[in-house]
Amino acid sequence: MKGMVTMQGQVTEAPLLAVEELSKAYPGVVANDGVFFSIARGEVHALLGENGAGKSTLVKMIYGLVHPDGGRMLLDGVPYAPQSPSDARRAGVAMVFQHFSLFEALNVAENIALGMEDPPPRGALSQRIREVSAAYGLPLDPERIVGELSAGERQRVEIVRCLLQDPKLLIMDEPTSVLTPQEVEILFTTLRKLRHEGTAILYISHKLDEIIELCDSATILRHGKVVATCNPREHSARELAEMMVGEILIPPRRARRTFGEVVLEVGGLSLPAATQFGTALHDIRLVLRAGEVLGIGGVAGNGQDELLAALSGERTTAPGTIRLGGREIGALGPAARRALGLLAAPEERLGHAAAPDMSLTENAFLTGAVRERLVRHGLIDWSRSRDFACRIIEGFDVRTPGPEVPARALSGGNLQKFVIGREVMQHPEVLVVNQPTWGVDAAAAGAIRQAILDLAGAGAAVIVISQDLDELMEISDSFAALNEGHLSTPRPAEGLSVEEIGLMLGGVHGGTTAGGTGEGAHADP
Amino acid sequence: MDLSAIDPVLLLASLMISATPILLAAIGEMVVEKAGVLNLGVEGMMITGAICGFAIAVESGSPFPGLAAAALAGAGLSLIFAFLTQVLLSNQVATGLALTLFGLGLSALIGKPYAGVKPPPSPRLDIPFLSDMPVLGPILFRHDLMVYGSLALVVGVWAFLKYSRAGLILRAVGENHDAAHALGYRVVRIRFLAIMFGGACAGLGGAFLSLIRVPQWTEGMTAGAGWIALALVVFASWRPWRVLLGAYLFGGITVLQLNLQAAGLAIPVEYLSMSPYIVTILVLVYISARKRGSSLDAPASLGRVFHATH
Repeated sequence: MKGMVTMQGQVTEAPLLAVEELSKAYPGVVANDGVFFSIARGEVHALLGENGAGKSTLVKMIYGLVHPDGGRMLLDGVPYAPQSPSDARRAGVAMVFQHFSLFEALNVAENIALGMEDPPPRGALSQRIREVSAAYGLPLDPERIVGELSAGERQRVEIVRCLLQDPKLLIMDEPTSVLTPQEVEILFTTLRKLRHEGTAILYISHKLDEIIELCDSATILRHGKVVATCNPREHSARELAEMMVGEILIPPRRARRTFGEVVLEVGGLSLPAATQFGTALHDIRLVLRAGEVLGIGGVAGNGQDELLAALSGERTTAPGTIRLGGREIGALGPAARRALGLLAAPEERLGHAAAPDMSLTENAFLTGAVRERLVRHGLIDWSRSRDFACRIIEGFDVRTPGPEVPARALSGGNLQKFVIGREVMQHPEVLVVNQPTWGVDAAAAGAIRQAILDLAGAGAAVIVISQDLDELMEISDSFAALNEGHLSTPRPAEGLSVEEIGLMLGGVHGGTTAGGTGEGAHADP
Repeated sequence: MDLSAIDPVLLLASLMISATPILLAAIGEMVVEKAGVLNLGVEGMMITGAICGFAIAVESGSPFPGLAAAALAGAGLSLIFAFLTQVLLSNQVATGLALTLFGLGLSALIGKPYAGVKPPPSPRLDIPFLSDMPVLGPILFRHDLMVYGSLALVVGVWAFLKYSRAGLILRAVGENHDAAHALGYRVVRIRFLAIMFGGACAGLGGAFLSLIRVPQWTEGMTAGAGWIALALVVFASWRPWRVLLGAYLFGGITVLQLNLQAAGLAIPVEYLSMSPYIVTILVLVYISARKRGSSLDAPASLGRVFHATH
């Protein structure tokens, strides 16, 4: 990275931004404790850490949204203490937010004007947006309504908004979590161009292979403290993950690989699309034996949600299309299927797998009522429900003050552990999960994968639907690809190469999916 | 029945008078809702404005201090709502309803000594040539100044929301208060100002009723005008010109049905009385239903509680 700087001919020895002993405490939690790091011009600096390690608090202090309790920052060698985001913007600091800070009902130009200190008049601004967006390969139409744009295009709006102000420092909080692999490539090209022009970039991401590919240096945070500063290129993804977590990560291991009898048979399952934007399922066939983990890969939107809905019973089909232990269950709803031992955990944690404003006890009751016998004489048995919730919290290391906390209050990783744990604890015969580790940090993802393997080891059959091929290769016994609602014939996962998987996923999608997704932490051989 | 008793010129002339109180209240409430706040206290702020304006006008002998006092009273009452909902994070629907009940009671209390008193007259527009024109003169150019003031207010609100940076920020706050906060805008302060503007407009609308349209004070004289204003904002899809159209339509039919009642039309009075409500709703529903799927309608943060997380 120093090479980059000298290549630019900028012999400024002083860093662009130096953060010294920065601290911030909230009631009950120290978010940042003596945090230090520095970033030079033209440097891409990664901030690494698990959920709750204090990365967001740190960048919010740099962007003036949060005021530090102690410590100081120097920008260009001058003390820098922004009181508000507009102070930060005036000082040349710009930020692209994780959850986009966009206004859907407003158009692109209005959105960009809102993020600028002194926006030029409408016509001139539109002209500038066209110029800048074209110059960086991020074409944008200033008149489009943001609500109509894709996730990648929305991020362009945020980036162009920053670029229009010629920032010295660009902060990016989890910029790739919602992008397709192709969009990630475009973003990286833009970021490299900016680095070449001398812009410093502070980059936050969970995806360690992206960090290794893009960043010149990294600061690793754990529990609000800096635990390491390193050059990510000199480390493997697993080493970085272990520095974040502070313990040795053991790749999930399964106890045995012997399969029992066939428990689930799906044959000739077809389902029309439920909505205009849905995908129809065509003649899905699969056979699942006790103790087997079937991984189903594919690019998002190829029928994953529909397949889960058909298997869980949210959408019913002809009775004979799905057989559980020889019994026809295609026409049964979710509750009846649960009673028979087929459980499911859908992808969307808040709103689908869990009711956001209800407590963990209530959420535990919602799916566990029948199998855990949480209903007595037609009334809710609260003490048993609470007990069930507590067992999930304990068994799956869900970090929460208690079972009375609403689901919304949990971090993504903790809620996901709760949602998966809730089904695993009910001892299913068959478990279907969709995207079990999406947006979950490395340690939690490892725990969830281990739980799935343990469940299979105990004799249950598991279907894991995921876009993370590394994850599927790690835990699956057999693999099938879902492409435009068609499921390929499942094949043994052992010995399957990335090229073969690419072909199964439908050729064109194969390469990008295999290279672009993946948590990375466990990807290292 | 004698329809010839209805003078179309007088009818059109009284249309503008009849519509103005609702127009004032509705345009103010529209700004409040554009900022993402639902204030159901319009009726209470209107009637408080009506009595405060009336009292000050009578005491001072001039309508202008009265109008100013009405705007201040409406804004003051709305300040209670703003404090409760924006600082103490109370529920907007319940707080708004309470504000209406409070306003009705408060106005009855203040208004006791003023029942039956005649307020000072307010000046009308008098432009030598225009006001003397045969038909257009009485319809358009002989009204109270406040009528033109309310029209100017609609134009001003429209231009403010569409063209000014402050208007853009206000819309942004109503659209996504979390994003606006993340960009460094003071969501609570902006909403306070919007709520006070809405209160002032409602107060002015009430004073127009008691000082100019009726003009006298009777308890509960707003008779649901504040609720009509609230409904107009929704049916007008939060667009200023549709608010104007809705208010004038409602005002026009109100005047027409009163005239028809006086003329002894052979339709039960109840049907005539409900006709302004029905026609206004039907027309505005028709307009808003034509453009389906438009994402520009309700502000996305409308009625949601904003609580800065850091």
